[in-house]
Amino acid sequence: MGRAIPPLALVQPVLEGRLSAVARMITHAESGEEDCQEALAEIYRHTGKAHVVGITGVPGSGKSALVTRLCKALRAGERSVGVIAIDPSSPFSGGSILGDRIRMNELVTDPGVFIRSMATRGALGGLARASLSGVDILDAAGYDVVLIETVGVGQDEIDVVQAVHTTLVVSAPGLGDDIQAIKAGVLEIADIHVVGKCDRSDAHRTVTDLKNMLAMGHGNSQGYGWQVPLIPTSSVSGEGIPELLAAIDGHLDALTSSGELEQRRRRIAQTRLLKSAENILRDQFQRHHDRQIAELTDRMMAGRTHPHAAAQILLNQFRSERKP
Amino acid sequence: MIAKVGLDGHDRGVKIVARCLRDAGMDVIYTGLHRTPEEVALAAVQEDVDILGISILSGAQMTVFPRVLDLLRDRHGSDIAVVGGGVMPDEDVSELKRMGVSEILLQDTPPQAIVESMRRLVRERGPR
Ligand code: B12
Ligand SMILES: Nc1nc2c(ncn2[C@@H]2O[C@H](COP(=O)(O)OP(=O)(O)OP(=O)(O)O)[C@@H](O)[C@H]2O)c(=O)[nH]1
Ligand SMILES: [Mg+2]
Repeated sequence: MGRAIPPLALVQPVLEGRLSAVARMITHAESGEEDCQEALAEIYRHTGKAHVVGITGVPGSGKSALVTRLCKALRAGERSVGVIAIDPSSPFSGGSILGDRIRMNELVTDPGVFIRSMATRGALGGLARASLSGVDILDAAGYDVVLIETVGVGQDEIDVVQAVHTTLVVSAPGLGDDIQAIKAGVLEIADIHVVGKCDRSDAHRTVTDLKNMLAMGHGNSQGYGWQVPLIPTSSVSGEGIPELLAAIDGHLDALTSSGELEQRRRRIAQTRLLKSAENILRDQFQRHHDRQIAELTDRMMAGRTHPHAAAQILLNQFRSERKP
Repeated sequence: MIAKVGLDGHDRGVKIVARCLRDAGMDVIYTGLHRTPEEVALAAVQEDVDILGISILSGAQMTVFPRVLDLLRDRHGSDIAVVGGGVMPDEDVSELKRMGVSEILLQDTPPQAIVESMRRLVRERGPR
């Protein structure tokens, strides 16, 4: 491949599904550079066909292994799959070791599966900044289903629900406090609950605990007439995978027939808008305000101002500079 | 991306390399043990990595590297720099570099030298 292909020249090959073009386009999206926005906009016009499914759950619950199984099941039905697998960046160095792929290696030689790893690079909420552009690119490239594996979440890092059509929350036995480790907020976002590793003898307890928690009112029926199912699976034996795939398809049907799909599309669009605005602001801010930030921090250290007042000053400076 | 190919089970070195590159602020995808050249080359293209590093302590370097270089050429991945590490004789090292392996860093290379050399390769390649 030649040096420095302009992003716009990649759009057509992306739409044709050429692997190296899809890969390079995601790299551009990750860089966040201004000169790829036009290409991303063009790609965005071709989105809306894929079923976007988020897979979240505490670290080590078996998300990556489950993604591998789901990919195989989807391929058996001749559907193509794109995967965005997100792992955390080190808060100290900014670097990362992306390990989700270790469990997915067997899929890589299948041309109907595309897997991309992403590091969070400081983004909170379980997604990376470019994750949703990555989803657009895979959608536009024609992948029937796009799976997003979030970083292992336990608390409230649940941006994924604002960004996908169907959310899977994966629990599993043997993770210390078991179900307690998943806070109510994470349970509530599930469209489908998965209890993984059900080949383990202690799995029935996780299933019971989770059922009890759901019965206690952490919503298991949703407004549009969808009953949130709880599906035990094993990525070792494959048990429960056909049922899970049926539930994922069933959820899309329920979304479509009830009109909820349009609601979710709208919610996703709004999230994208707000996230983009946030990113643009943060970038401009960080690029131009290092000096002011340092000065104001000095003043706070000297006891001459407090956080709220300092923040007001900073924002006022920012606003006045941005006036035409 | 850092990979182990074939039956070679020596993974102490790669894990050290992965950690020191992460600590230098890089994103490192580790493929795990026992990959095939096909898996590694395709994964590198999908991930659009800057550098594909393969660690070999099994003596299989003269079959693995040429195969990976070929596959990358076939899959529009020839702007990915291929780097080697592990244990191999000097004559293999010069032969592999002649074939297109960008750099080979053998045992006892200090972490900082590995980091520097990765940075240099990306700098020399320029933007893409
Ligand atoms: C520890 C060791 C083992 C351990 C491995 C544990 C593990 N999980 O890694 C055990 C005991 C399991 C083992 C087994 C065997 N071993 Co052994 N082992 C070694 C030994 C003593 C040290 C290797 C090591 O860990 N070094 C420390 C690390 C940090 O160094 P490193 O891997 O070289 O990595 C450095 C650089 O090479 C570089 N690097 C490495 N990878 C990469 C990648 C990139 C991208 C970059 C940039 C740099 C880079 O950076 C690192 C830091 O400087 C070597 C001898 C030696 N001098 O190397 C033999 C050695 C590698 N083993 C050897 C053999 C033969 C075997 C066995 C076949 C023995 C047997 N008959 O069973 C088995 C094979 C097992 C298998 N499935 O592969 C031979 C290989 C001969 C050959 N290549 O022709 C060696 C060279 C010993 C010898 N002189 O004969 N071994
Ligand atoms: N017994 C059993 N073990 C499993 C199953 N699925 C995953 N595991 C094991 O659980 C561990 C974690 O699996 P992963 O798939 O990497 O989990 P993950 O949720 O992706 O982990 P992070 O991405 O690090 O949060 C691994 O050691 C797997 O081998 C399963 O169905 N049964
Ligand atoms: Mg994972």
